[in-house]
Amino acid sequence: MSTATPTAVAHPHVPTSKKEQRAREMNRSKPVWGLLAWVVGILFVLPVLWMVLTSLHSETDAATNPPSIAAALTLDGYRAFFSAQPAAPLINSAMASVISTIIVLCLAIPAAFALSIRPVEKWTDVMFFFLSTKFMPLVAGLLPLYLFATETGTLDNIWLLIVLYTSMNLPIAVWMMQSFLAEVPVEMLEAAQIDGAGLIRMLWSIVRPVAMPGVAATALICFIFSWNELLLARTLTGTIAGTAPVFLTGFVTSQGLFLAQLCAAATVISLPVLVAGFAAQDKLVQGLSMGAVK
Amino acid sequence: MSTPSSTAANHTKVGPDRPQRTAGSARKAADWARRAPLLPALLFTIVVTQLPFVATIVISFMNWNSYYPQDRGFGGVDNYVSVFSNAALRSAVWNTVILTVTVVLVSLVLGLLIALLLDRKFAGRGAVRTMMIAPFLVVPIAAALLWKHALFNPNYGLLNGTLNAIWKLFGSDGAPQIDWLSTAPKIAIEISLIWQWTPFMMLILLAGLQSKPADAEEAARMDGASSFQIFRYLTFPHLRQYLELGGLLGAIYIVQNFDAVFTITAGGLGTANLPYTIYQTVFSAHDYGLASAMGVVTVVATIIVATFALRVVSSMFKQEAGR
Repeated sequence: MSTATPTAVAHPHVPTSKKEQRAREMNRSKPVWGLLAWVVGILFVLPVLWMVLTSLHSETDAATNPPSIAAALTLDGYRAFFSAQPAAPLINSAMASVISTIIVLCLAIPAAFALSIRPVEKWTDVMFFFLSTKFMPLVAGLLPLYLFATETGTLDNIWLLIVLYTSMNLPIAVWMMQSFLAEVPVEMLEAAQIDGAGLIRMLWSIVRPVAMPGVAATALICFIFSWNELLLARTLTGTIAGTAPVFLTGFVTSQGLFLAQLCAAATVISLPVLVAGFAAQDKLVQGLSMGAVK
Repeated sequence: MSTPSSTAANHTKVGPDRPQRTAGSARKAADWARRAPLLPALLFTIVVTQLPFVATIVISFMNWNSYYPQDRGFGGVDNYVSVFSNAALRSAVWNTVILTVTVVLVSLVLGLLIALLLDRKFAGRGAVRTMMIAPFLVVPIAAALLWKHALFNPNYGLLNGTLNAIWKLFGSDGAPQIDWLSTAPKIAIEISLIWQWTPFMMLILLAGLQSKPADAEEAARMDGASSFQIFRYLTFPHLRQYLELGGLLGAIYIVQNFDAVFTITAGGLGTANLPYTIYQTVFSAHDYGLASAMGVVTVVATIIVATFALRVVSSMFKQEAGR
C-alpha cells in the first residue's frame, strides 16, 4: 500500500484541470467497458445457448452448415432422449449426490466445530492434512478401489460410489465449514456461556444462524462435484448403478451421432447444476473461495 | 500427503502425587471431548483416501499384469523406470504438465481481465455475471461432448459453420473448413477447459476485488495515481492471495482431468495425459504395477505444483488465526 506514496509526493494535493479531465474521461469510457463485458459474457454463454438451441432442432436442422439458427423448434431430441430410459441413471446420480452430500455435512460440521469454535490443539495441522488429501488425484487410488470392489462384490453398487464421493468432498467441506464457523463472534459465545447457556442451546441460537448460509454453500458444491464425477462412476459402476455422466458417454456410442439428441441429453443432465448454480450464485462465490471472502 | 494429524500430541505429563493426577486426567478428558467431533471425519478420510494410496504405492513396486498372473511378484523400481524411459509415458507426464500450466495460466489471466470488467458498474452487470458462470455449471462430460460434436466438428460444428456464414455474407463459398481436432488436438482440449475454468477464476477474483477497501483507491486517485499505478500497487497486491488460491484449486483439478481428454480425443493424437493413461493401463493393458507407478508419479507432480501455492494459503491462515 505504501508503494503508492511516491506518486502522492510527486503530485501535491491540488486538484488540477488535467485530473478533472481524466475523471471525465473515465466516466465517458464506462459504456465501452460495459459493452466489452457484454460481448465477453455472450461469447462465454454462447456454447451453452447453442447446446440448448440445437437440442430443440430436428436432426437435419442440427447438422447443417452454415448453422440454421431460425429453423423450426421441436421436442424430438428430448423425446428420443427420454425414450432411451434415462430414469435409472438419473436416479442413481441423484442418490449418489444427495446421500453423499448429507453424509459429508454430518461429518464435516462437527469436525469444523472442533477446528474453529473450540479448536483442538494444532488445528492448522489437521486442516492441512484434510487439504493434502485433495492433492492425491482420484486416479491414483483407482486400481486398489477397483480391486477392492471386485473382491467384495461391490462393483456396480451405488453405495460404493456414495462412500467414495463422501471421501472426495469431505476435505473441501471441512475447509469451507471451518471458515464459515470461524465467522461466529467469540464474544457472543462467551457472553452466552456467562449467561449459563448450555452447549446445545449455544449451538442452536448462536452458531446455527451464522452457519446456515455456509452449510448451504458447502452442500451445493458437494452436490455439483458428485453430480459431475465421471472417472470413478465409469470404472466402478456398470448397468445397474451407472450414473448420468456414464449414461451420457454410452448414449453417444450406442446411438451413433445424433446431435440434437446428444444436446438434449447434455442439457437435461446439466439442468440440476445449472438451476442450483444460478439460484445460489453468491453462495457459490463464497464457497469457492473457501470463505476467504470476509 | 504426510502432514501429521498430531491430534494425539501434547499429552500432559501426569505428576506423581494424587491431586495433580486428577487435574491431569480431567484435562485429558476435556481434550478428548474437544477431539471427539473431529474424529469421525478424520478416521473416515484416513481410511478411504490413505489406504488405497498406500496400496497403490505397494503395487507400484510389483510386477503385476492380470494377463500374466503367474509372473506376479516384487519388481523393484522397474515400473518407475518404465514411466520415465517409455516415450509414450514420458509424453503423458509432459502433456499433464503442459495442459495444467496452460489452462491454469490462461484462465487466470482471462478470469482476471473479466473480473476487472465486471467490477465496474454498468447496465446489466448481474446478467453478464450470470452468463459468465454458465460454462462452469455445465456438467464437464456434457461440455466435452458439446465442444467435440457441436463446436469443433468439421462438417456441421458451430466454428466452421460460422466461418461459412461469414464467407457467404460476402458472396463466397470458399470458407476454410478446418478439422480442428486433428489440426490442433491439444489446443482444442485446452480451449474447452479454459472455457470451463475461466468463470471459476473470474468468480474467485471478483470476490477478491469486491472485498478490496475502496477508500485507498479513492485516495490514490485523488493524489493523481494512474489507473495502471492503482492496479499495480493497490489492486494486484490485494488480489495476490486470490490469484494463488485460484491457481492452487485449478491445478489440483486440472492435473486430474479425465473427462475432456477421454471425450475429445480419447487420448489420441499425442494428447493422453496421466489420468487417461492410467485408466488405459488398468482397464486395457491390465498392467497394474505400471499403472500404480504412474499414479504415484501423478501424486508427486500434484504435490510439487500445489506446495508453491500452499505457502500463500498458509499466510491466509495466519491472518485468520489472529482473531
